[in-house]
Amino acid sequence: MSAGHTETAHGHPHAHGHDGHDVPHGTYRQYMTGFVLAVILTAIPFFVVMTRVIPSPGYTAAIVLICGVAQILVHMIFFLHMTPKAEDGWLLLSTIFTIVLVVITLVGSLWVVFHLNRNMMPGMQELHQEAGPAVAG
Amino acid sequence: MSAPTHVPDGPAQFHVFEEEHHEAGGSTHLGFWIYLMSDCLIFAVLFATYGVLGSSLAGGPGPRDLFSLPLVALNTTLLLISSITYGFAMLAMYEGDQKGTLKWLAITGAFGAGFIAVELYEFAHMIHEGAGPQRSAFLSAFFALVGTHGLHVTFGIVWLTTLMVQVRRRGLIAANQRRISCLSLFWHFLDLVWIGVFTFVYLLGVLR
Amino acid sequence: MAIETVATPETSFLLGRLTWAALPLHEPILVATFAVVAIGGLALVGALSYFRLWGYLWHEWFTSVDHKKIGIMYMVLGLVMLLRGFADAVMMRLQQAWAFNGSEGYLNAHHYDQVFTAHGVIMIFFVAMPFVTGMMNLVMPLQIGARDVAFPFLNNFSFWMTAGGAVIVMASLFVGEFAQTGWLAYPPLSGIDASPYVGVDYYIWGLQVAGVGTTLSGINLVVTIVKMRCPGMTMMRMPVFTWTALCANILIVAIFPVLTATLVLLALDRYIGTNFFTADNGGNPMMFVNLIWIWGHPEVYVLVLPAFGIFSEVTATYCRKPLFGYSSMVYATVCITVLSYIVWLHHFFTMGAGASVNSFFGIASMIISIPTGAKLFNWLFTMYHGRIRYELPMMWTVAFMLTFAIGGMTGVMLAVPPADFVLHNSLFLVAHFHNVIIGGVLFGLFAGIYYWWPKAFGFRLEPFWGKVSFWCWVAGFWVAFTPLYVLGLMGVTRRMRVFDDPDLQIWFLIAALGAALVAIGVAAFLVQIAVSIWKRDELRDTTGDPWDGRTLEWATSSPPPAYNFAFTPVVHGIDAWWDMKSRGYVRPLEGFRPIHMPKSTGSGVILAGLSTVCAMALIWYIWWLAALAFAGVVATAIWHTFNYDRDFDIPAAEVTAVEAARTRLLTRGA
Repeated sequence: MSAGHTETAHGHPHAHGHDGHDVPHGTYRQYMTGFVLAVILTAIPFFVVMTRVIPSPGYTAAIVLICGVAQILVHMIFFLHMTPKAEDGWLLLSTIFTIVLVVITLVGSLWVVFHLNRNMMPGMQELHQEAGPAVAG
Repeated sequence: MSAPTHVPDGPAQFHVFEEEHHEAGGSTHLGFWIYLMSDCLIFAVLFATYGVLGSSLAGGPGPRDLFSLPLVALNTTLLLISSITYGFAMLAMYEGDQKGTLKWLAITGAFGAGFIAVELYEFAHMIHEGAGPQRSAFLSAFFALVGTHGLHVTFGIVWLTTLMVQVRRRGLIAANQRRISCLSLFWHFLDLVWIGVFTFVYLLGVLR
Repeated sequence: MAIETVATPETSFLLGRLTWAALPLHEPILVATFAVVAIGGLALVGALSYFRLWGYLWHEWFTSVDHKKIGIMYMVLGLVMLLRGFADAVMMRLQQAWAFNGSEGYLNAHHYDQVFTAHGVIMIFFVAMPFVTGMMNLVMPLQIGARDVAFPFLNNFSFWMTAGGAVIVMASLFVGEFAQTGWLAYPPLSGIDASPYVGVDYYIWGLQVAGVGTTLSGINLVVTIVKMRCPGMTMMRMPVFTWTALCANILIVAIFPVLTATLVLLALDRYIGTNFFTADNGGNPMMFVNLIWIWGHPEVYVLVLPAFGIFSEVTATYCRKPLFGYSSMVYATVCITVLSYIVWLHHFFTMGAGASVNSFFGIASMIISIPTGAKLFNWLFTMYHGRIRYELPMMWTVAFMLTFAIGGMTGVMLAVPPADFVLHNSLFLVAHFHNVIIGGVLFGLFAGIYYWWPKAFGFRLEPFWGKVSFWCWVAGFWVAFTPLYVLGLMGVTRRMRVFDDPDLQIWFLIAALGAALVAIGVAAFLVQIAVSIWKRDELRDTTGDPWDGRTLEWATSSPPPAYNFAFTPVVHGIDAWWDMKSRGYVRPLEGFRPIHMPKSTGSGVILAGLSTVCAMALIWYIWWLAALAFAGVVATAIWHTFNYDRDFDIPAAEVTAVEAARTRLLTRGA
């Protein structure tokens, strides 16, 4: 954590932030940009899955995932107004930390349990192969 | 680690004599955000559980048999529109437009309620078909994840209603502005979780 | 289907499955305990009523939002629960020393299994956690020069939720039963088929209620540290205890939601028949083990990091030196915080994951010992060439270094997967984690209690009985747990009630002797508190700085006024108070201003009380009451938000009067 470097100005809770005015504001333009992008990024994955325009499920899944991640970023920037400067960087820092923990929880659990299943229930493996992994990522 | 500039060396000043009024609620925004981050980990657990158990159908129906994508698309649209209407409520609030704020909040609540109604219809339909949460681990995990999100939206609507009463009573005072901003974070956060839900649960579920 | 099992025929609408049979009248031990508790409780209630203290308690303590008072209430809760948890420990030691040569001992299996489960649950959730949270509440805002925490009402509410959880767990002693599953309640044993009665439900709802409190208090303290530091206190000037409190609370915020979600899934399995952790319909019990340890391992660091902070403060103060390697201490703390999240699988190496998984988590576990070792060297180098005063906090610190080093090393042994396959679930493991939790957390808490007691109450603890307690605890610990290491290496598994091999009995007798020694230590601690209160005028601390301290909490009076600091301090370096003293600091005597403070409120008590009622109703399947109590919680919460009048000003005249009283005390003392 780069915590040590970010807060020279920070030791002065009195010096700024009257009634939370350092809380970032959105503008009409920002909200509309975010909305249009979100609509596009929602429409694409629904379209590719519902129409199966791309025959390969792998590529379709990749597009769905990329759009999902992109849309999450769009929401963070345009709706939640996340900037590196908001709350002296603590907002972004806590978010990044949380994302790391979420990834550890997800990937760790999947890795651990699939490994366990393969190791302990070799007979079940074909079943899982048929069903495919739950999360194609 | 340089010393703050206003402090001279030598015999130093050890107190703030001219104390500014410590503003109430200056920590609320960060505090609420950290609460959302902890909520995020609840969803991480539910997603991980769905990821692990999502293929344990126990001979029961799977995603392809159960999920109706048009319905999910409708729900996603409702939630997405409620996000932008909440944005308009925020913009009205910045301008001090109490009536506009209340109007947009009401519209947001209505779209939220629509989302919940569609979700309840979907759940009822699935349970009616014999695909309730007890049927298989996959369905347990599905209902837990989607249901928890739905509970959050329900709670958000209750909160929104309370806030509308408070704004009507006291106007857009600082405390109420802060509360509307916090609910805005909550609402957009739920939208974010929903992106994860429709991507991982519905779209990828139907794909496989 | 599980759903039929849930709807057992004897449930009634009005009382659910609560019947007279729920009272354990057939257990003489419990009846006697209940008699003692009831008489003691009646005596306490009678005394409080006789001295007309209820109003005082309600207005000055229960509804208080003052972080110092909430901290003290946490500590009282921890102490009371320590006595319960320790009684469980003594019962286990007695049973295991007794049940040889065909003897069944004095506890039947049903009771014994509850005892070891309750011991673990209580010691972690209701002793260690309240003590640690209480210590952070009491000290941290003072150390950063703040007047209160960021969300004072939330702080009060969090405490009462923790207390509510403790009440639920204690209630299981006399109404129904507690879980017989071990402290983490692994399914399928904790599932509805294997544990159909109320034990596991008590476990789930007790922890859920307390867990909400813990999460909220974690958020509160993180925000306090981030936003409320006094001018000049940059992150790298924060006292080490505050740093460890920050990291511990970040961990709390990150992990307690995991526990909550996992227990909700277990509750769903039990209440509505879902299949998350069942053995059929695709459920996976190992997923529960996986999730609960994602919470469980970082939890250990939640407890031990603040203890490390306490040792850092104590070592620097009693060696009269700045802490050696301040920044390395901070970085080590942050490293441990992050690493603690990627080692959880070492708790279940034997579940059958393959070599790659086990090696990853084994190596990650070993790596944690590096920053921990760095810390130990920092403390040693602080002592090196220091002028060490061996007062009680320092004695506990040295005892910690010796004890914890052994515990840490046996931990590294257990982190080696092949060794773990031999030692898993053995008494070696039991000895290891008691070695780190008693030797690390508890010794740290004792050091902290002796160190900060004068700050909290305005008088020191009398040292004679403290030394008796210290020697009995430390010696007793080693006599009690060395035999368990030996037994574990011989292959004796944990949680056994009776033994066949008579050769083992001598080791259990020695361990029981150790427990008796610790019991004397516990008693001596209580005597010490009583004696100190009795002699409080001789032990009075008039200076506010009895140990020649280094950090800001010693800059104000003991006990501190409600507003902590008449003027918010300005900080110019690490060890702010030492710096102020050495640069000729003069306490301001005039020019006081009104101070803005939060108001007390009873909402926290009401909300937590209703939550506890709701939990009890869910445990006993009294659905109408659960629904009513839940509606009450929501209504009270909404009602609370309609109260906008939450602050008041302490008038300047009152501040002036309080400060003048302190000036008189200081001149008299000097």
